[in-house]
Amino acid sequence: MIRLFLHELRAQQLLFWRSREAAFFTFLLPIVFLLLLGSVYGDEEIDGINGSTYLLAGLLGYGVVATAFAGLAISLVLRRESGVLKRVRGTPLPTPVYLGAVIASTLVVIAANAVAQLLVARFVLDSRWPAALGGLALALLLGALVFAALGIALTGAIRSAEGSSALVNAIYLPLTFISGVFFSVETLPGFLQAIADVSPLTYLLDLIRSLVLEGGGSTEDVLVLAAWGLAGLVIALRVFRWEPREA
Amino acid sequence: MTSAIEVKGLRKAYGHHEVLHGLDLDVPVGEVFALLGPNGAGKTTTVEILEGYRRRDGGEVRVLGTDPGRADRAFRARIGIVLQSAAVYPTLSVDEILRLFAGYYERRRDPDEVVRLVGLEAKRGARVRTLSGGQLRRLDLGLALVGDPELVFLDEPTTGFDPAARRRAWETIRGLRALGKTVVLTTHYLEEAHELADRLAILRDGRIVATGSPQELLDGQGSVEIRYRDDGREVSLTTEEPTRVLHDLTAAALAAGRELEGLEVRRRSLEDVYLDLTREDEGDA
Repeated sequence: MIRLFLHELRAQQLLFWRSREAAFFTFLLPIVFLLLLGSVYGDEEIDGINGSTYLLAGLLGYGVVATAFAGLAISLVLRRESGVLKRVRGTPLPTPVYLGAVIASTLVVIAANAVAQLLVARFVLDSRWPAALGGLALALLLGALVFAALGIALTGAIRSAEGSSALVNAIYLPLTFISGVFFSVETLPGFLQAIADVSPLTYLLDLIRSLVLEGGGSTEDVLVLAAWGLAGLVIALRVFRWEPREA
Repeated sequence: MTSAIEVKGLRKAYGHHEVLHGLDLDVPVGEVFALLGPNGAGKTTTVEILEGYRRRDGGEVRVLGTDPGRADRAFRARIGIVLQSAAVYPTLSVDEILRLFAGYYERRRDPDEVVRLVGLEAKRGARVRTLSGGQLRRLDLGLALVGDPELVFLDEPTTGFDPAARRRAWETIRGLRALGKTVVLTTHYLEEAHELADRLAILRDGRIVATGSPQELLDGQGSVEIRYRDDGREVSLTTEEPTRVLHDLTAAALAAGRELEGLEVRRRSLEDVYLDLTREDEGDA
């Protein structure tokens, strides 16, 4: 079973890196944003925090959402609508092994992305090294699992391959702004702040920030994320489909 | 002989619309069996129930001794499936995708051998997205065979092939029979069924309207057709006794001093039988 999992994980990695759009938008773009924005705002203060460190935390979270939520949802919809999933379903490959490898593959990408961002922040932007590296890794893992569950749940609402990018981007791009990836949410109008207050990304970013700065995280952040993850999982298990909807 | 597939009273409805009204099928091990019928007759639904993709609403189904409604890993390891249309990962090469799928099976065929079997040697390093339609269809077949299945389902395996490619695919399918595999194929092409199938069933509106070997179907349906014009009106008769019928006709024409214009006598083809059985308006039956 482990051999089968590694076999599939290897294939999923090959597929990810060969898909240039996915590799650019989910792996490279957060690093580019960190470099560009860090060079401009890195020395200013955002929310009372050094700009580079604020952006590092924000873009670590951005990398998680772009890969585990947006990238995963889009690629699963494309595979479902084109019949790839149906074909996989017809082989003896067990479902948990397939989905496990698909999600593990996003974890590998997120880990590589986080390492690259930490190195850029430390050595290019002169930001500080995270106070709790182990805790940060766990927070990214938790965030990735939560957003993977939400991403799979979202695939149930998408009817066609054509609509997948549009719908997913319409959800996650505004969310990154509202949840404080790039700037403080204090400046947002009230109704956007209300969204920020429930957005799971807000809590992931808060958790990452406190782990980078102080080395500890709040239980509230973890609990809210876990609640979102559980809700996502329940919906994902109900709506996941191997085939396009019957015409 | 043991059965690879046994179906009794198979029923399936989509919503309130019943599409299969009690199908019976029996396919012995080692047979090439063809399912024919117009679009919407229920061919793909039937095959997808046998493959374990769809649930049935009634009836008994056994495929390789297993109920496909409870298809598990062991069952999927014993069957090979060519779906009517299903993509593969477009960025992988032919070689990579065959090796990926081979890895899913404990008992598998060597991917190099499969590449040769389906005639894709020249394309083994090519990315899937650069393949032509016919090459993709051959890759489909290769992916269905890489797990060395006992039973192979082919849903319209040669649709869109040029005649040469179709002949090649037929050779491959005959090769499967030579290996002792059981093959279930659906097709629109009567010629294909006639060439390949040991037995076939004709499906119409979710019912089997005829079943047997190609020869049996021809025998049972009046095997000779006689056509002529009577006062400019086309007359067509099918009969098992062409000698007597022709004698009566010509005798009557001679007695009346008339010519049987456009007289034509020919063996009925499987296509004639098929068209008769699947005709939409049955009012004149």
